[in-house]
Amino acid sequence: MSDSIDIINAFALMTNFVILPALSYGSQLALGALAVTLVYSILRFSNFAQGDSMAFGTMIVILLTGFMIGKGWTITGIPTALLVIPIAVIGTSIYMLTMDRLVYRHYRRIKVKQNIVGITASIGVMFITGGIVRFILGASPQRFEDGERFIFSVREFKAFTGLEQGIALKTSQFLTITIAILLVAFLFYFLQKTKTGKAMRAYSDNTELALLSGIDPDKVVQITWLLVAALTTIAGALYGLDKGFAPQQYHLLLLPIFASVIVGGIGSPLGAIAGAFLVSFSEVLLTYAYKKFLIYLLPLSMHPNSLVQLIGTEYKYAISFVILVTVLLIRPTGLLKGKVIVGD
Amino acid sequence: MAYLEGTNLVAAYGVVPILHECSVEVEKGELAVIVGPNGAGKSTVMRVLLGMLEATAGEVKLDGQDISMLSTQERISLGLAFVPQNKNVFPSMTVEENLEMGGFLRLDDINKTIEEVYSLFPILYEKRKQLAEELSGGQRQQVAFGRAMMTQPSVMLLDEPTAGVSPIVMDEIFSNILDVRNAGMAVLMVEQNAQQALNIADKGYVLVSGRNEHTGTGSELINDPEVRKKFLGG
Repeated sequence: MSDSIDIINAFALMTNFVILPALSYGSQLALGALAVTLVYSILRFSNFAQGDSMAFGTMIVILLTGFMIGKGWTITGIPTALLVIPIAVIGTSIYMLTMDRLVYRHYRRIKVKQNIVGITASIGVMFITGGIVRFILGASPQRFEDGERFIFSVREFKAFTGLEQGIALKTSQFLTITIAILLVAFLFYFLQKTKTGKAMRAYSDNTELALLSGIDPDKVVQITWLLVAALTTIAGALYGLDKGFAPQQYHLLLLPIFASVIVGGIGSPLGAIAGAFLVSFSEVLLTYAYKKFLIYLLPLSMHPNSLVQLIGTEYKYAISFVILVTVLLIRPTGLLKGKVIVGD
Repeated sequence: MAYLEGTNLVAAYGVVPILHECSVEVEKGELAVIVGPNGAGKSTVMRVLLGMLEATAGEVKLDGQDISMLSTQERISLGLAFVPQNKNVFPSMTVEENLEMGGFLRLDDINKTIEEVYSLFPILYEKRKQLAEELSGGQRQQVAFGRAMMTQPSVMLLDEPTAGVSPIVMDEIFSNILDVRNAGMAVLMVEQNAQQALNIADKGYVLVSGRNEHTGTGSELINDPEVRKKFLGG
């Protein structure tokens, strides 16, 4: 290792261990946060079942992936999970519509307006969903990624650039970022330009006036669940491809997702995306050990002896929590103008 | 038999009775105004006519057809349109999107109706790309009005269209309402500004505690000494 200041290698190190992981983690959170935002805007409650619903969607992906690999129905180089996502989305949609029919619709019919009732109901759904996933797949972690693991590996990158520090682009990272961009673009196009999307915004904006304009509330709710199911399944599958699947891990994702939504301004889709990247970069930047990075940048005499890690990785959920509490104390409407969560 | 009739309507919010056999009717090309003190049930009449609140007795007829059992949406598609007093626009949508949403149920080309709304309210054309929440009170009222016109209704129900606007804007809104009436629509409105409203009304209802207290043409009511004393400030 050289003892002179080496900015290029420092940057390569950062890209490999901070920027790429945070970008893909942020994209996964953003999709989950958009699902929460949609439920909040249209159905008017904070969906505590989001994390476990992601586990449910991923469960279907895992089961189908296993089935496809067993039959030998795979395409070389492409993760099988990617091929089965559309079917998994349909499965999750059916599950969510069933839950809506069994649980949430009742509270809409009796016109309970409080967020807290929906939250309580969704906590019930959260436990049921988590239970179903553990019953079917078990609680132990599993990996379901097949195909080519890297778009380019550290070794290939080093050979190509001649740098001491390599950058690897994992297939899962590449897929996550690409799919997230496409999905978000589709969602915004749908909400801004299509008649159905506009009707959803109208319903969210002023429910009574939407009814007076002839917008069918049941249809709006159904389409919302379909979009939420797609976002949820894809977010879950991408997270699982990237970091592996574990029911408990998915359950805990609720915290960074809620932090993203609230930081960005609850009810604001753009805010949810911004919030997701703020949370993901905070988590990765604060739990990264900077020793090697500083060695590249500082003269020999100043080289650190410790790991220079601000917070241990086991505390990463505390970061979301601190962000959440800080935002609620200082700017409850979030970075972009959102709604203050009160029981309205 | 009038075009829209509410006959002997009885309604309550929970256990609190609001309307006691109250009747209103309005003909096409006619402007009827409901006035009366706070809590008289003026807005409730409208909610019952629209099916937003279920009447426990009485019936609502549109063009001779009993519509009492129909949902709000079905009544809207039959030609009723409503401009609520508050929250009568989609605040985070543009003026144009507000109008589009008004025409949500229509399967034909709505652009022509949008043009008509713009020619009635030229300011809305200028602000068509702006969010409704960025408009002034009077402009917002025009958006609300325009949104309701998008279904090409035969009956327009207005709940206090001049609440919270300046006197100049009030005159403007009243003249818009007269335009709509002259175009052949049946207009029924609830108003706080009783004097001004009765001045332009073809027919007036004075509602007290959910009952028809006085009924007559606008000028009859204005010239009725009892109505003047009790409701128009002498």
